[in-house]
Amino acid sequence: MPGPDLLSSQGLRLDGRRPNELRRIKCKLGVFTQPDGSAYLEQGNTKVLAAVYGPHQAAKSKSSTDGVVVNCQYSTATFSTGERKNRPRGDRKSQEMSMHLRQALTAAIKTELYPRSQIDIYVEVLQADGGAYCAGVNAATLALIDAGIPLRAYACACSASMAWRAGQPEPLLDVGHVEEAAGGVVLTVAALPNTGSIALLEMSHRLHMDYFDVVLSRAMQGCRDIEIILDRAVRDHLAEGWTKQDIVTI
Amino acid sequence: MTGHVSIRLASERVNHSVSSSNELPRFYTPGEVITGMQDFMRGHGTYAEDDSLKASVAGVMQKVNKLICIRPLKSRYVGEIGDVVVGRVLEVQQRRWKVETNSRLDSVLQLSAVNLPGGELRRRSAEDEQMMRKHLQEGDLISAEVQSVFSDGSLSLHTRSLKYGKLPQGTLMKVFPSLVKRRKNHFHNLPCGVSIIIGNNGFIWLSPQKQDVLYEGNKDEIEEYDLQPVNRSDRETMARVKNCIAALVASKMMLDDTSIMFAYEESLKYPSVKDMLDPEAMLDIAFLAQHRINNAIEE
Repeated sequence: MPGPDLLSSQGLRLDGRRPNELRRIKCKLGVFTQPDGSAYLEQGNTKVLAAVYGPHQAAKSKSSTDGVVVNCQYSTATFSTGERKNRPRGDRKSQEMSMHLRQALTAAIKTELYPRSQIDIYVEVLQADGGAYCAGVNAATLALIDAGIPLRAYACACSASMAWRAGQPEPLLDVGHVEEAAGGVVLTVAALPNTGSIALLEMSHRLHMDYFDVVLSRAMQGCRDIEIILDRAVRDHLAEGWTKQDIVTI
Repeated sequence: MTGHVSIRLASERVNHSVSSSNELPRFYTPGEVITGMQDFMRGHGTYAEDDSLKASVAGVMQKVNKLICIRPLKSRYVGEIGDVVVGRVLEVQQRRWKVETNSRLDSVLQLSAVNLPGGELRRRSAEDEQMMRKHLQEGDLISAEVQSVFSDGSLSLHTRSLKYGKLPQGTLMKVFPSLVKRRKNHFHNLPCGVSIIIGNNGFIWLSPQKQDVLYEGNKDEIEEYDLQPVNRSDRETMARVKNCIAALVASKMMLDDTSIMFAYEESLKYPSVKDMLDPEAMLDIAFLAQHRINNAIEE
């Protein structure tokens, strides 16, 4: 199934990246003072804000004795896409994304530590240029770390697509909006790269079994790369917020 | 009504960092292996997996003999017995109040753990359970001490002292609990005429100083005094102290009576209280306060 021409004859993509390159990621922790944790993340032109409240007392109807209840809300700003959206949240797509976010983040959070509590995670997409879900997961992970919530490992998400170059399959990392719109397959992976486990796997369109492994391994490589970037951002944030008086000598 | 509104570009943001320490400790991030050895105990912020001890939060390590903990930069308030907290009553229940204290679970204030105003003794009866709402209502602010911590981490409070109880008139400020320094005393009467309760849970209560004689007065007298209007100069001083705390918090400086007092004294060069909301002024106040703290430590 030769897809649309996503790679030039030089092997470069439509936005000039090589097939295994991520878009530039810029991130910042602690952007708000009101929530317990917050983060801002830019992945290329995709811009996402995440805020975390909690853990706090769970609502009576949701309360569970065996672990914390994770509550996610994914919303897309009306001005985020080329065509103005009417409903920022509550439509089918946002609800599905909220569920996916919850699945990916519950895998990372050590839920068993806080029975009868609840964690609220709000993700707001300010500009959607492909991979908004992935950017949302990455931003939410940073916000959870900022809130001091115990995690098993970083949860990172990355997408991958498939293109052909000279008759050879060539997976593409971190799919942008143009490539998404071109109609190729998009595989979204949310993983805990540190442990090698996959929290969420989603694919649009059909892909031949033979090529699945290469696309998946490229997406996993992307997750590992993103983890390194996030880790660096967290360390920079710690160094910035660290004050000498903090040291408690026992 | 016209006023000056200053809107600045994000690129002109003021960097509030005042810390001068160059040497940084070793930071750990979630999923990072702390040690592969078995003979350590895992404390908060760590977990054991695949025969190794890993960090679950981002922060610095604290080691007590064989116990390893990782302390995050900020988190929800984790209560300890004897802590002074400021909280808001959420709910009146059977023989207890539910209090929000910025902790993971709502705290509990038992009816048996309060002193009624005016030192009146409580008779255990059905009526006084019905009088609970008269004493503390939903939305009331209280200061209390942590009496015990339940196994699930929720706190049991008590107000069995004259210094605790319902807070009448004043200002509440919320900061991150990790910024509050643990001290012997969390009740301070600042020389500027403001009394301050620095709750361990990051809730800070500012109120005009009141006369101590009043504690001996009866219940009605206290209530009457609590409802008297606070004069303008007192309110201005409180606002100034609040802005000082905001400046210290923006620069992530630890809060205690000394740092707040230093910041207050440095802030006096700004005649108008609202000028202190300017980011440059906040940085200036925090920087000067930090400088004085450093001098005080050296001496």
